[in-house]
Amino acid sequence: MINILKKIIYTGTLTEKQDEGETPPRFRGEVIVDHAGCQDCKRCATLCPTKAIVITGSTMCINHNACIFCGRCVEHCESQQLHHTKQYELATVSNCLEEHMGQGVKASIRSALGRSLHIRHVDVGSCNACDFEMSALGNPIYDLQQYGIDFVPSPRHADMLMVTGVVTRNLTQALRMTYEAVPTPKIVMAVGACAASGQVFPSSYATRGAVDRIIPVDVFVPGCPPRPQALLYGLLLAMNKFKTI
Amino acid sequence: MQYQEVATCDIEKQAERIDTEGVYRLAAMFANDERSITGNFAIYYIFVGGGGLHGLKTMVQGGGNLEFPSLTPIFQNAAWYEREIHDLFGLVPIGHPDLRRLVLHENWPVGLYPLRKDFNVEQEIPEANIPYSMASVHGEGVFEVPVGPIHAGIIEPGHFRFSQSGEQIINLDAKLFFTHRGIEKGVEGLPVELALYQAERICGACSVSHALSYCQAIETMSHTKIPPKAECIRVVIAELERLYNHVGDIGNLCAGVGFSVGISHGSWLKELLMRLNERITGNRFLRGMVIPGGVHMDISSEFSREIQQELDEILEKFRELMGLLQDNSTFLDRVNYTGILARQAALDLGVVGVAARASGIDIDMRRDYPYSIYQQLKFIVPVHTSGDVAARLWVRAEEVEQSLAMIQQILATMPSGSEGLAVVIPPITPYSSSLGWSESARGGNLHWLMVGEDNRIYRYFVRSASYHNWPAVTVAVLGNIIPDFPLINKSFELCYACLDR
Repeated sequence: MINILKKIIYTGTLTEKQDEGETPPRFRGEVIVDHAGCQDCKRCATLCPTKAIVITGSTMCINHNACIFCGRCVEHCESQQLHHTKQYELATVSNCLEEHMGQGVKASIRSALGRSLHIRHVDVGSCNACDFEMSALGNPIYDLQQYGIDFVPSPRHADMLMVTGVVTRNLTQALRMTYEAVPTPKIVMAVGACAASGQVFPSSYATRGAVDRIIPVDVFVPGCPPRPQALLYGLLLAMNKFKTI
Repeated sequence: MQYQEVATCDIEKQAERIDTEGVYRLAAMFANDERSITGNFAIYYIFVGGGGLHGLKTMVQGGGNLEFPSLTPIFQNAAWYEREIHDLFGLVPIGHPDLRRLVLHENWPVGLYPLRKDFNVEQEIPEANIPYSMASVHGEGVFEVPVGPIHAGIIEPGHFRFSQSGEQIINLDAKLFFTHRGIEKGVEGLPVELALYQAERICGACSVSHALSYCQAIETMSHTKIPPKAECIRVVIAELERLYNHVGDIGNLCAGVGFSVGISHGSWLKELLMRLNERITGNRFLRGMVIPGGVHMDISSEFSREIQQELDEILEKFRELMGLLQDNSTFLDRVNYTGILARQAALDLGVVGVAARASGIDIDMRRDYPYSIYQQLKFIVPVHTSGDVAARLWVRAEEVEQSLAMIQQILATMPSGSEGLAVVIPPITPYSSSLGWSESARGGNLHWLMVGEDNRIYRYFVRSASYHNWPAVTVAVLGNIIPDFPLINKSFELCYACLDR
């Protein structure tokens, strides 16, 4: 007992602030393209394992929801016009809420949930990396509860669903039932490339694609998996705690 | 590896002979639709034991009655393989005691076999509702507790049906394969370099092990020798994967008994290791390092020293955490004698990895079937005999020390210079096949590959460690109380994603 107390006291507080997460030099974040020097060889689009690079005519667009940040495009670009930045705060809010309920309702939901957010996790076919990163949010370094956010055991207690993985045939019913069980108003976050795009494991007999093909999604968090700070950014975005939206 | 071809009617006899000799154990079994090559379906059997591999192959005629004799009465762990072949290929194992569906669930229509080559992947598959019965026990005072597939914590999906007498578990039936993504079919036709990204994403916590098994299969098939430094880096990151898993699992075990200080310290140490992973590979799950033909990034000698220094600090903290657990009688009271997996049960089920070593079975693919540079490293394989939660915990703790010592040995002697970290995979003779394996934090992961034209995948089969260990959980929980199930389950720490693919 004495040893446990001693260990607690001399370890002290480990918790970091939300924006303290530094990225190491090798970190592969957002992919940006310098259109000026692009030779339009389309090599990157062919090489991308998740077809995240879409070229229509002369415009090239990188779908970060589908990107697994493997670096293959950057490495193989002959004219070296593709780069990774350190940016990992890539979560986006869909216009789903507005479409359904209008701007006013959206703002009131956010202000109501902004004080605290209870989340239920649903794995609909993930590789478990996103799940582990969600668990990591509970460790003493990120201490998710400091933001008023917590994971709850039942969808009936939840304001939000965090969904990981590409929707499998075998989990479609469970996803629908869990969504139905969450009281309205509710928010859905698609976590990671599988849930946000469904393109990591292309359509097969066993999968049904991205989460928004089954239920409406409000927040998309790219990454394979998104690092805990990227998840945190997505959560705070959902709670309207940033002035940028 | 060579496969001895055996007539379908003789396969049982061969299996009985192998069982009586007692050297080999069934390690994998899968089918392959080779009708376009030989006119037959082939069933492959891989046996391991005594430091050697033994392969059998039997042909089931494409136009015939599509039956083959079940080996489940001889090798218990053939049960799931045969159910899987039945689901995905429509080949019928004659004499199988339980032919319920396994990989495909109630929603899949009868008569469609997705792993056959003539299955149209573009077709719309109708929804079905085929009855599926869970095993249950009847009698006075016996009640059922259904759990899942969506669990209360941040856990992968699976459905458990407990039959209880009071608090005691008298039977457990697990319905799994909820996260079945059809990866084996999905990669068919992809070039080997591209399929890597899916192989690496079969499971998050075993990313390196899967990538390694996959790449080693390709390198064996194409007779490629990868640069020595690449071998060193591969082993370093494979051991880093074991480290973060074991440290995280020990922290998680504390969650199974509600010991908060242990949970916090375990998850903190895991976070430190994940951050180190990100520094080394740019990804917290070490993704992007192992590629067919070598590795993708270098570890310079200066970087090696930094890594070593950081690992030394983590080891010190880890030892402090273990000290807290070893001295804590309330903790020990919960883990000792809980969830015992008897040695014979583990042998019969073909249990691998930490779970096997905690039940007195001295196996480790790194030592017994050495790959990469493991043969040149000095390490001990820890074995405990009590088979309980505590034994699985102590095996992990000792393996943490061993992994750290291995990383130290490599970092100290690694060749310098970054020239030659990978070689190009040459064209592979069409329809050649090979097996790759590696020991993940959970046990051996076996990948079997057949490559068709233009270095594109013809058939990919993955046997993860969890495939052999899941049935052991349902055995180990018997006679325990239901509140100990999370603890027992955590002590095996199996992946659903690895199993379901």
